[in-house]
Amino acid sequence: MEIWEMSTKEILSLLKSREITAQEVLDSYLCRITEVEPLVRAYLEVLEPEARAEAAKVDAMLIRGEDPGILSGLPCALKDNLALKGARCTCASKILENWVAPYDATCVARLKKQGAVFLGKTNMDEFAMGSSTENSAFGPTKNPWDLERVPGGSSGGSAAAVAAGMAPLALGSDTGGSIRQPASFTGTYGLKPTYGLVSRYGLVAFASSLDQIGPFGQSVWDCALLLEAIAGYDPLDSTSSRKEPFPYTKHLESSLRGLRAGVPGEFLGFGIDPDVREGFEKILEILSDMGVIVEETSLPTLPYALDTYYVIAPSEASSNLARFDGVRYGFRASAPNLESMYQKTRGEGFGREVRRRIMLGTFALSAGYYDAYYLRAARIRTLIRRDFENAFEKFDVLLSPTTPTAAFKLGEKIEDPISMYLADVLTVPVNLAGLPALSMPAGFVITGEKGKELPWGLQIIGKPFAETTVLQVGNALEQEIGKEINDKIRDMRRDLTRTRECEPVD
Amino acid sequence: MTRHEYEMMIGLEVHVELLTRTKMFCRCSTRFGDPPNTNVCPVCLGLPGSLPRPNREAVRLAVRAALALNCQVNLSSRFDRKNYFYPDLPKGYQISQYDEPLATGGYIEIEEPRKRIRIRRLHIEEDAGKSMHAGDDITAASYSLVDFNRSGVPLIEIVSEPDMRSPEEARQYLEKLQRILQFARVSDVKMEEGSMRVDCNVSVRPKGSDVPGVPCELKNLSSFRAVVKALSYEFERQVGLLEKGEKVVRETRHWDESKEVTAVLRAKETSEDYRYFPDPDLPRLELSPEFVDEVRNSMPELPDQIVSRYVENMGLPRYDANVLTSSPALAEFFDKCVELGAEPKTASNWIMGDLLGYMKAKGIPYEKIPLEPRSLVEMLVLIKDGVISGKIAKDILVKMIETGKDPRTIVKEEGLEQISDEESLARVVEQVIANNPSVVEEIKAGKEKAIAFLVGQVMKMTKGKANPAKVNIILKDKLTS
Repeated sequence: MEIWEMSTKEILSLLKSREITAQEVLDSYLCRITEVEPLVRAYLEVLEPEARAEAAKVDAMLIRGEDPGILSGLPCALKDNLALKGARCTCASKILENWVAPYDATCVARLKKQGAVFLGKTNMDEFAMGSSTENSAFGPTKNPWDLERVPGGSSGGSAAAVAAGMAPLALGSDTGGSIRQPASFTGTYGLKPTYGLVSRYGLVAFASSLDQIGPFGQSVWDCALLLEAIAGYDPLDSTSSRKEPFPYTKHLESSLRGLRAGVPGEFLGFGIDPDVREGFEKILEILSDMGVIVEETSLPTLPYALDTYYVIAPSEASSNLARFDGVRYGFRASAPNLESMYQKTRGEGFGREVRRRIMLGTFALSAGYYDAYYLRAARIRTLIRRDFENAFEKFDVLLSPTTPTAAFKLGEKIEDPISMYLADVLTVPVNLAGLPALSMPAGFVITGEKGKELPWGLQIIGKPFAETTVLQVGNALEQEIGKEINDKIRDMRRDLTRTRECEPVD
Repeated sequence: MTRHEYEMMIGLEVHVELLTRTKMFCRCSTRFGDPPNTNVCPVCLGLPGSLPRPNREAVRLAVRAALALNCQVNLSSRFDRKNYFYPDLPKGYQISQYDEPLATGGYIEIEEPRKRIRIRRLHIEEDAGKSMHAGDDITAASYSLVDFNRSGVPLIEIVSEPDMRSPEEARQYLEKLQRILQFARVSDVKMEEGSMRVDCNVSVRPKGSDVPGVPCELKNLSSFRAVVKALSYEFERQVGLLEKGEKVVRETRHWDESKEVTAVLRAKETSEDYRYFPDPDLPRLELSPEFVDEVRNSMPELPDQIVSRYVENMGLPRYDANVLTSSPALAEFFDKCVELGAEPKTASNWIMGDLLGYMKAKGIPYEKIPLEPRSLVEMLVLIKDGVISGKIAKDILVKMIETGKDPRTIVKEEGLEQISDEESLARVVEQVIANNPSVVEEIKAGKEKAIAFLVGQVMKMTKGKANPAKVNIILKDKLTS
């Protein structure tokens, strides 16, 4: 078995017992990247020399008997909206095409401290705006399960890298579902932490009150490990919580007996694919068998969440993206005067979806419209948050499918923004309420013509800062159903290698 | 109607830089005058991914300013974003406070006429960088350079009600505001260095009307003098328009210092929509009542309190008290003199007269008083003890400043002790009487005032060292005997 085919836990234990070196682990992943990256296009940049140097450093520490940290040489991919000192940070936008970050994001600095080796920067929807990674200025990422389909977005590159075996771990960011939705589409595990648990310092902001950095992995344990490394108060982020970080990996095992899980009826009313619905019902039965008390419940304001999100997120984005003006860094269009320099730089530097959202947000914040749009949305957001609070008085977790359908086809929704926005209908409410939620592979649906199997994800939503509960539920369920899923992942990865051998691309 | 039948309504918006060592939302230095773009970091350059973190000391100073200006401090206020594009604004928005400012409802008292100018609000914001254009302005320049050292320096904006009725009242308000903020140790408040910036809102209306006129905003006012001149110009201009039956247009006008006129900068109708909204990167600014109390209790003594202490406790004339409180350094100097035993009015006379006269002539600012209080007090003791004359003391004061020596040393080195022994003085007096027979005749004929001339002659012959009181007595004695 190749190293890249092992579970993260296995690799880590082999690293710690010094049966393999960090450099061997890295080699294995670099090899895998060479093999399938041309098909998947998960990375915008692979940082091979830097990664080799980091891996050598970790190995030197291990040889000296020093503790290189909890990641101990594990490779990790970074979404390209996270600042890694000395590496380009493009946000998959032409406007930042050649911008090199001069500092480390807090989460990156923390990963470095724990001995992570950064494989590269992953593709995404431009400035994290999108649900398919098709909005990247540098071309789309493909879904490893079906190369004609999208990996989801906006963290599609990170999700696809983990799914295809091109990284054991990856970081993404989630503003309205950008970790969970691609996790669901690619059969990976993705966690959006509670707002404030992970510092946003060094995450290029899309919508500051919604953005949260989180882990991708091949198991619940992976997510817990990565979260453990990055969580905790950061004085550089005024919105970060002072709550003490938690050793999540040490508290994963727990019986679910007596745990109360609510299923909000509103979540099932959003055009859920019948096969996903059926799979979801089956999961609820499995959970019941495990002793979970599953009950239907209601969050009456949920149907307004998507509309609310599409006022608040673009409003904040219109202001957050104002700094990309061509004056100090990034792309600058040549123009005869300041005004037209601004217009041309931003007109040419930003892609269509980004321009659309900047215009939406600018409109929503304009004098005369502010009360009707931004202020009203902010009020509905409070109501949605209250709805969740009420539900959590009765339940420990809330459950839903992560997305209404499995991965859709490349190009299928790109011309129809509303249908694209609907891909996030089940994830967006969680961001509005600032809650933690895990998406884990929970089953497969068979799609159309080729009869290919595609994964779908279960979303487990928790109370604020109750990541532990969420991870425990996920972990217990993974013990039940994970084997079948891992078998399918192995098959998918082999198919991918074979595809590469049969029809070489590039 | 003539211009006497109109009145002005003036409201002022004053921006003041706070005296913090570091910036409002990062820990870069606020030092003035460093090489361009040396006090910068990802936060104050607005680099992607950077986030603001509020400076506690700036909040403390802002609260202190609010209390010094008699404002109500709001325990809960909020940071908002003011969105606009300009090359020296690195994030494309300025972090400010919009509809929930730090403080509201204060006032400043001015003297002539004695009245209260109300303060509507006081809020915290960050400064922008500084643009330098290779040309007259950004539209005419072939290129522009930006220095971000100032970007993120903490500011407070103090907005008055339109309570001032003349340029002179505006000047008094600004002087008083400046003085209060200096004494509160909140800011340098220097217009020349840009640590105080003033915009005026001015309108005119017929006297007795209670409908406000159409206001214009005046910008680019670089001194109090410019404020007064620009306001006077605006009064004439707006009255002129109304007299011609025309309307005043609501607009922003730029004061042209060299031409001494105001000119349209932009019409208000087309002015930008700043799209204020709460900054999602910053939690609400919550202050505890204890914090505000602590700031209140540690408030330095303010000018009004000092003036009344000088007038009521020390018996100084109000005029003296006002002059001595022109700057914290001056008041401190005076207080130290009194503490060392100087008689207040005597000390005040010497400070206001000779010391300030010297400093003014040499262009020395108040903060750099070139003399130790101890030296001045020692000199006053020498005068009081009759060791030196007041006239000689004037020279000694200058020598103390210029050599840094103490007065006794100067007196000893230069032999400046006053001549008080009667024998020596009598000899000089006899010689003066002998040299001036005609004057002596006049005095004997009853023109007693001429005696001063003879005293002067004695002082001259003794190079000012004679004790004038004694000379007077001896002279009178000799002339009447």
